[in-house]
Amino acid sequence: MSESLRQTVTITNPNGFHMRPIEAFIMAANRYPDCNVTVAKAGKDPANGRSMLALLELYSPAGTELVIEVSGPRAAEALQALVQVFQLNFDEEEQPTR
Amino acid sequence: MRMSDFVVREAISAQLTASQKEAVIREMVDNLRAAGFFKGSEPEDVVKAILKREMLSSTGIGEGVAIPHAKHGSVDRLVGAVAVAPSGVAFDSVDNNPVFVLFMLISPQERPSEHLRALESVSRCLKDKNFVQSLKEAKSPQQIWDLICNHERGA
Repeated sequence: MSESLRQTVTITNPNGFHMRPIEAFIMAANRYPDCNVTVAKAGKDPANGRSMLALLELYSPAGTELVIEVSGPRAAEALQALVQVFQLNFDEEEQPTR
Repeated sequence: MRMSDFVVREAISAQLTASQKEAVIREMVDNLRAAGFFKGSEPEDVVKAILKREMLSSTGIGEGVAIPHAKHGSVDRLVGAVAVAPSGVAFDSVDNNPVFVLFMLISPQERPSEHLRALESVSRCLKDKNFVQSLKEAKSPQQIWDLICNHERGA
């Protein structure tokens, strides 16, 4: 039987959960191809954690709480890797133009 | 936010003439310029900002779709351009497939939630494979505009 684990994260990046963090999230999820990964926002259905469009559609600006749920082999390790993505800084290299 | 709130109707192209990534971005920015946005050297500056973002990672998100974007001080509200490339464009996409449908977003500085709202509405439409297929087959900007408006009404 596979375990199912979940953790809530709060978006601290001022630009929210935008394309590049989502891309990093999907890359982390894809390191665990046998796991089922979903991301849910209060009041919305869980989104496929490997779909850029589904994760963008969640609309997650700074302050949003997201519940990451992982089931399958090595779920604990996968969850840890996914949660770590939210601690990365994606904006220091993306300086605004003018 | 609906797509028709930010997609500039006059900056829709059903037949992109460019076939290379940079040229495609340039053509879409030029469509916005022709629609009355930007002045002086701003279009070139916007192109550079978009290319800089593309250097970090391609916004070709797979399944024939790309969402090139940048923040730029020349706009005071979020504006979008739409283009269809019937024969496909190499865009360094995540799935290595050519891109047929492009939504370009230029957002003002310091309005991250507006950018996310636009991405949300673009994503809602692009998740609908029938919508994407209809866009690919569209023959005119008017047809693309109608598809966008009809999708919003149905959603």
